[in-house]
Amino acid sequence: MEIPYTVSTRPDTGLWNAKIGIWLFLASEVMLFGALFSAYIFLRIDAAPGTWPHGLLNVPVGTMNTAILILSSVTVVLAWAALKMRRYRAYWWYMLATITCGVIFLTVKLAYEWPQKFEHFGAFIKPDALAKYEQYLGNERRIEKGFEPRIEITGHLHSQNAKEYEVALDPVNADPDNPSMDRPHFLPLPVTDKIATIEKADVQRATMFLPTHSAYFASYFTITGLHGLHVLGGVIVFTYMWLPVSKKLYQRNPEHLANRVEVSGLFWHFVDLVWIFVFPLFYLL
Amino acid sequence: MNNPPDVTQDPKEYEEYAHGVHQHVMRYVMVGVTLLVFTGITVALSYVDFGARKANVAVAMLVATLKAGLVAAIFMHLAAEKRLIYRILIFTGFFVLGLFWLIFLAWYDYPIFR
Repeated sequence: MEIPYTVSTRPDTGLWNAKIGIWLFLASEVMLFGALFSAYIFLRIDAAPGTWPHGLLNVPVGTMNTAILILSSVTVVLAWAALKMRRYRAYWWYMLATITCGVIFLTVKLAYEWPQKFEHFGAFIKPDALAKYEQYLGNERRIEKGFEPRIEITGHLHSQNAKEYEVALDPVNADPDNPSMDRPHFLPLPVTDKIATIEKADVQRATMFLPTHSAYFASYFTITGLHGLHVLGGVIVFTYMWLPVSKKLYQRNPEHLANRVEVSGLFWHFVDLVWIFVFPLFYLL
Repeated sequence: MNNPPDVTQDPKEYEEYAHGVHQHVMRYVMVGVTLLVFTGITVALSYVDFGARKANVAVAMLVATLKAGLVAAIFMHLAAEKRLIYRILIFTGFFVLGLFWLIFLAWYDYPIFR
């Protein structure tokens, strides 16, 4: 049995079927990501002063990944236009570029950005012990200036025993009264060689930068993880359309392949669109 | 007209057709460049102090919405699409507003930090 309306339009809808299918699917995707963004906003406005971190992600790398995703959105639409003009070779190259962009995006995310977080350490100090660690927090000056207090000391966990953590401090805790530390930096500053000893009795909770660290990292890993799965899905579909098996479809019915590329392209643009909001919300603000 | 037309069967008309598609391709590239520029602007603006972080969030979301609008209108062809798809999206938008409305419900329900 042949599937109807893959190329020709259905009289009552005025569309070929896959186009309606993908838009219904994207509508459900909007609800999925909408729920997560809604949760993000709620967690963020509900965060107690000092508990929502800023400037912990690598902005240049995030910017590069954003550019890669935008570039891949352009190449996929050019791949589709090439098919419309019946230029298979151009289509093949644009598709390869799109797949490459998707793979680079995922590699940067999974092999660089996430692991960097997994090896970063943060210790939230108990409210009554904050004064003891004033030299790392600089809260006297911050309160004077009307800023949120710092309640966390971050860096690389050097060593720990039953009583203490030894932490190689991030610059923000090594030099907390420096006005340049009031706002996040574009280029990430490396961990200093200044070591702080934090007593475990003074620590409310201490973890690596994992989803358990804070509502911020929980929502970061959930949303970027789900987004990453979408990128992976797109890459798999594009790879199928790029392989020789799709050339057979092209030779049989080029418009059918063009329509397939169009709907998977629509999905890809949606994934790009989600990232356009994810990037500023988690990296910049 | 937003989408390139289908390739013509008539070889005489092909040149005109190819020219039409070429213009669309140029537009896609221009939109891509615009999106890249706006990404740079977003990053730059996040280091400008607008007085309160809320103001920075508002500015960044404004730019992001502009970018998302470009992607939806040009790349996703929503600038000129069939009525049924608009209907699906309006329906969805209604429920998305509901999702974000939940935040306001919670806001008044619970002693929230500001």
